[in-house]
Amino acid sequence: MKIPLSYVARNLWVRRLTTGLTAAGMALVVFVFAAVLMLDAGLKTTLVSTGAADNVVVIRQGSQTEVQSGVQRDQASLLETMPEIARAADGTPLLSKETVVLNSLPKIDEPTKRSNVVVRGLPEMGRTLRPQVKIVQGRMFRTGSSEIIVGSSVARQFAGVEMGQQLSFAGRQWLVVGVFDAGKTAFDSEIWGDVDQMMQAFRRSAYSSVIAKLSDPASYTVMKARLDDDPRLKIDIKPERQFYEDQSRSLSNFITLLGMALSIIFSLGAMIGATITMYAAVAMRTGEIGTLRALGFQRSSILTAFLTEALLLAFVGGLMGLAAASFLTAITVSTTNFQSFSELAFSFALTPKIVVQSLLFALIMGFVGGFLPAIRASRMKIVDALRAD
Amino acid sequence: MFFLKFVLRNVFRARLRAGLTILGLVIATLAFGLLQTVVRAWYAGADASSATRLVSRNAISLTFSMPLYYREKIRAVPGVTGVSVSNWFGGIYKEPKNFFAQFAVDAPTFFPMYPEFIFDPVEYQDFLRDRTGAAIGRQLADLYGFKVGDTVPLTSAIYPGKWEFTARAIFDARDEATITRQMYFHYDYLNEQIKKAFPRRSDQTGVFIVGISDGQAAANIARDIDAEFKNSLAETLTETEKAFSLSFVAMVETIVVAIQGVSYVVILIIMAVAANTMAMTARERLPEYATLKALGFSPGTVAAMIMGEALLLALIGGGLGMLLTPPVIKGFHAATISMFAKMPLVPQTFWLQAACALVVGIVAGIIPAIRAARVKIVDGLRHVA
Repeated sequence: MKIPLSYVARNLWVRRLTTGLTAAGMALVVFVFAAVLMLDAGLKTTLVSTGAADNVVVIRQGSQTEVQSGVQRDQASLLETMPEIARAADGTPLLSKETVVLNSLPKIDEPTKRSNVVVRGLPEMGRTLRPQVKIVQGRMFRTGSSEIIVGSSVARQFAGVEMGQQLSFAGRQWLVVGVFDAGKTAFDSEIWGDVDQMMQAFRRSAYSSVIAKLSDPASYTVMKARLDDDPRLKIDIKPERQFYEDQSRSLSNFITLLGMALSIIFSLGAMIGATITMYAAVAMRTGEIGTLRALGFQRSSILTAFLTEALLLAFVGGLMGLAAASFLTAITVSTTNFQSFSELAFSFALTPKIVVQSLLFALIMGFVGGFLPAIRASRMKIVDALRAD
Repeated sequence: MFFLKFVLRNVFRARLRAGLTILGLVIATLAFGLLQTVVRAWYAGADASSATRLVSRNAISLTFSMPLYYREKIRAVPGVTGVSVSNWFGGIYKEPKNFFAQFAVDAPTFFPMYPEFIFDPVEYQDFLRDRTGAAIGRQLADLYGFKVGDTVPLTSAIYPGKWEFTARAIFDARDEATITRQMYFHYDYLNEQIKKAFPRRSDQTGVFIVGISDGQAAANIARDIDAEFKNSLAETLTETEKAFSLSFVAMVETIVVAIQGVSYVVILIIMAVAANTMAMTARERLPEYATLKALGFSPGTVAAMIMGEALLLALIGGGLGMLLTPPVIKGFHAATISMFAKMPLVPQTFWLQAACALVVGIVAGIIPAIRAARVKIVDGLRHVA
């Protein structure tokens, strides 16, 4: 015969203070655990959604990031002739030759602190290849002028990039004429201007990267094989999605590693809390356990009841932790991405998978914490237990 | 005396519970100390900096270089005692995970400005003579087993191709703060190779290290240097070596702040655990407290007994945690040596640990103590736990 769940739940309710404190300890652990997973998920979502499924990125062999890369003009022209690249109605290849530099700008909240912002010079075609980018304030920069537009995250985080302000770099004044929103992608953390103007100002002869749209994403492997075999081209080609995913790797690994180590250490504390609570519950209810056994409840029923109590306690803690963590989704984190050495803004993302993982983590804590006390409860002899009080 | 004995006996009456609570406190104190130290570790570069060294870099960002001829102009600025060049190489030794810093420097002007690196004079001369020679820090040498005469092969994402250097000197640290987990080689060699492969990128450097005689004048000298290159193609940004180091920490400040914040979460968790233990203890013993009161003990004494118990738990747990902190940090540093050059355990960490343990004890004991002090003798005696 099973002990009803309502009986178990009431036992927790009777000792509200103890239940609350233990659940609060677990809630804090679950909060940290969920926050880490959410941060990692947010980072990945931002970088993965930056890339389009049918775009490819070409950079110099072994350079890994656009900033370190250099693609010579002749190589870029050669790429234009590749048959896999999609073409507009008038036959122009959907390909964008871009230049990418880092500019260190002061933060808005503390002007002495500077961080690197990606400044991208791109032709009109570059904008066509990123349809998610929308101007939300002002207007697009004019080709052939020293005008720039800033991403919405840059506008929020950095000083001196408001509309009408001028940024001074490479011996020129660059006028901010617009703010763009790139739908929570990495482009939100960039500043855009005209590629030819930037190449001139920075005295550059080579592009940083070439972005192209394929007419059929499946033809990527054919194109890559041909490019790899071509001795004239010393370049790396990657699907845009994978390119941005690779950029997230080291920061993502760092967050995950640090977060998991913390969660494990912290969970030890919470499990100890659960064990103490459950042992106390068992000790306090010795007479009650004896009565239940005398009424005919099996040892296994007692074990199940106490384990269920611990699991329920953990579940409540888990829900509390998750509820607190869900408020984090409103926060945007901005930090330097190790790989690209530039500022990247991303938010906490709460996915169904994280909800399940966090609750599971809480239940595991409850199970481990409640196991030994439950065993003790189930092993009590009826006579001893009834005599205890 | 009686009071202490009473408290001590009571703490260990529920042995399992007291033991578990102490264990929790040990873990929390340890985790807190470890996290605080990890936060400190980010600032190791700033700790190692000197007040008499400035760093000039391209004002746009560190990824831009400056022409080499700036050196002569900087040297002419009043207050400057020496100028050297240093250029980040970004090389990878065998695998990307073996990350360590390499700088191409002008050795004859660079090392005199860094008296904290202790060289063997013979090795140093060998290093100066060998065009492809490298000077390797002791920590780095120990990490990968580099010995004098070894070849160090590197690939670089910034300077394409395969590079080979010969370890000619291994230098030691003068003091605790000095970082020796990096490698230096000759800028002239790098520049020569660049000239062959990418003529446009030659005669450029990432930063200038500027020696000054008077640290007090740093701000003025930095301003004078930057004024020299105002409105040129490569404007400079000059700051003290410390500010330069801190600018790297500032970039990842969000992460550092998060670690800092999370270190207090573990204290909160254990606070909940300890408060729970004390609440249970007090509830179970309410009749005893009523008895003590009936015997004539004042409410204050009864409250002090409970508070004493909570503080004793915190003291034992916190103390053990603090004792274990140094060995644990040593082990942790051994495991993360490729990430953190230094893991400095500072006295402040111990003070914070002690303060946190104390706060946990007080918070855990306060409510039960008040409750016990207030309980009416009749109610307490009637109470069935």
